[in-house]
Amino acid sequence: MSLRNIGVVYRKELLEALRDRRTLITTFLVPLLMIPVLGSGFVAVMSAALGSAKKEKPKVMIIGGQDSPALLSALQKYSKIRIVPTTADWRDEIINKEIRAAVEIPDGFDANVEKGQAGTVKINIYGGEIKSELAASNLEAYLKEYRDETASKRLEANHLPPEMLRSFLVKRQSIAPPEKEAGAILGGIISYMLILMCLQGAMNPAIDLTAGEKERGTMETILSSPISRTHLVLGKFLLVLTAALVTALLLLVSVSVSSNALQHSSLLDQMTDDGQPAPHFSLGVKTIASVVIMVVPLSVLFASGLMTIALFAKSHKEAQSYIAPLMFIVIIPAISAMIPGVDLTPKLAIVPLLNVSLLCKELVTGEYHWNYIVLIFVSTCVYAAGALFLAVKMFQRESVLFRS
Amino acid sequence: MIEAVNLRKTFQDKKRGEVKAVDDVSFVCRPGEVYGLLGANGAGKTTTLRLLATILEPTSGTARLCGHDIVEHPERVRANCGFLSTATALYPRLTAQELVEYFGRLNGLDEATLKQRVDSIFDRLDMNGFRDRRCDKLSTGMKQKTSIARTLVHDPPVMIFDEPTLGLDIMTARTIIEFIRECRERGKTVIFSTHVMREVEKLCDIVGIIQNGKLLAEGTLEQLRQRHGVNDMEEIFVRIVTPHFNEAA
Repeated sequence: MSLRNIGVVYRKELLEALRDRRTLITTFLVPLLMIPVLGSGFVAVMSAALGSAKKEKPKVMIIGGQDSPALLSALQKYSKIRIVPTTADWRDEIINKEIRAAVEIPDGFDANVEKGQAGTVKINIYGGEIKSELAASNLEAYLKEYRDETASKRLEANHLPPEMLRSFLVKRQSIAPPEKEAGAILGGIISYMLILMCLQGAMNPAIDLTAGEKERGTMETILSSPISRTHLVLGKFLLVLTAALVTALLLLVSVSVSSNALQHSSLLDQMTDDGQPAPHFSLGVKTIASVVIMVVPLSVLFASGLMTIALFAKSHKEAQSYIAPLMFIVIIPAISAMIPGVDLTPKLAIVPLLNVSLLCKELVTGEYHWNYIVLIFVSTCVYAAGALFLAVKMFQRESVLFRS
Repeated sequence: MIEAVNLRKTFQDKKRGEVKAVDDVSFVCRPGEVYGLLGANGAGKTTTLRLLATILEPTSGTARLCGHDIVEHPERVRANCGFLSTATALYPRLTAQELVEYFGRLNGLDEATLKQRVDSIFDRLDMNGFRDRRCDKLSTGMKQKTSIARTLVHDPPVMIFDEPTLGLDIMTARTIIEFIRECRERGKTVIFSTHVMREVEKLCDIVGIIQNGKLLAEGTLEQLRQRHGVNDMEEIFVRIVTPHFNEAA
């Protein structure tokens, strides 16, 4: 094994890659811009939608209740809704999003409340529609308050203490550190992006250094030089690996910079409920370092896998058509890691790609299960070594190099 | 010195089954001689030369270049030969100088020797005007010169040319022919393939006529002329090849 020869090939490929616009774009520009552009776009749209939903005074119809003036006047007093005149086609109005909700009051409500048999007040909404849901939850909270009020009035009338109604209270409180709460949200997305970027960054150089070389007719030139094919493929592989790692690193840099910027902007406050602290988005040095360590064997796997496939092709285009289906195969495990509740198990820890994305999700959340980390690192290294071995073997095969 | 001993190369083809591209070919080519491999398209010229340059591996038989066996020490063989064909393109994003230097380094030259070698080749081939121009911006003639510089940078004793003038204009083709002649004068062993009779008549010391992977006739131009009783090289070629031509179809 001659490191000098591998180095000569690597330096030349690096020089060429830095002069290749396509590689520059996919390795530097895409990971740096992807997160800020996509992320800020997403946050802006979300907060705009939520903001306008919160600002809107939803139109609400009241059905029935003519015999229950007490409830009606209570609803009239509620400032967060606007009561509009009732029409017969209120169902259509909701479906057409003309109004957000319709409150159905059963007959004789006020009278029956006194007896404690008032039945159910129905809130009809357009389920899944955010403004409708928001109106409904406000209405529901207000009606519950009204119910408690009437109940305590009755208790008072009977000279009983109002506390009888509430023998205890329930309150939910998150004690997870703010960064972990945010990590759970971010972890899945980041590991998905990381895997995708890693593949994306390796793709263009992997094609350019194999199929591209055939297409340009330089394959025969380089094969006639004294360098051994193993050294040649290793030099090329190192360049593809570099591209994958640089892309992944830049993505992580971009994520931490953007999440810091997000932290200092007011966008997050608009997205969280009033009074609650905004989740804390930021990646620590330890998290980034451990994610990078996992990304190394993954990049080796991608770089050698892509080179093996692309080497079969005779042209850049042909190679792309072979690799396009591979994208889908990679996306499936990457997406699976985003599904809440899919967590690491010993079996999943040896499934390639899925294991790394699940682990990255955990690492971003700030959890370090060392047995899994070691298992996944080792298993990914084994897969990566297998793929690299295959790439080297492919480079020895005349039928692949001179496929016609 | 090139010695080919019972070289064979078979390919598997989906439609035609087993194809004998090179079939039991033996010949010797000495230093200071130009050996011309003459044949029609698909006769086996390119495969033979690729075997000698160790780009392909023979199915059986072997060859020795400067005493190095092509099967056992392909890397030593490549270090001792320069290979040039119309298929050996240049890296478009490297400059002429970077390209020549790259191949010098692949041949194990140290930086001092490399600089000296590159400077002298660039002077000799009058390439200093486009030293720092990228290969994709070079004219065909400049590209050919750069390719020649690439094959010369490690000063190999054996030169292998596979249809070096194919598709080139007259002036560029002349540069190549001049270059081959110069190689012979410097005592290098030269083998080249062509289907252009004029090149054979102008250059070759020994001619080998190949068809269907078989070496059908071999000898100096004079020997071939005497054997067949005609002067015209094209006529000789047709007489030798015709009886075997139908087999190819």
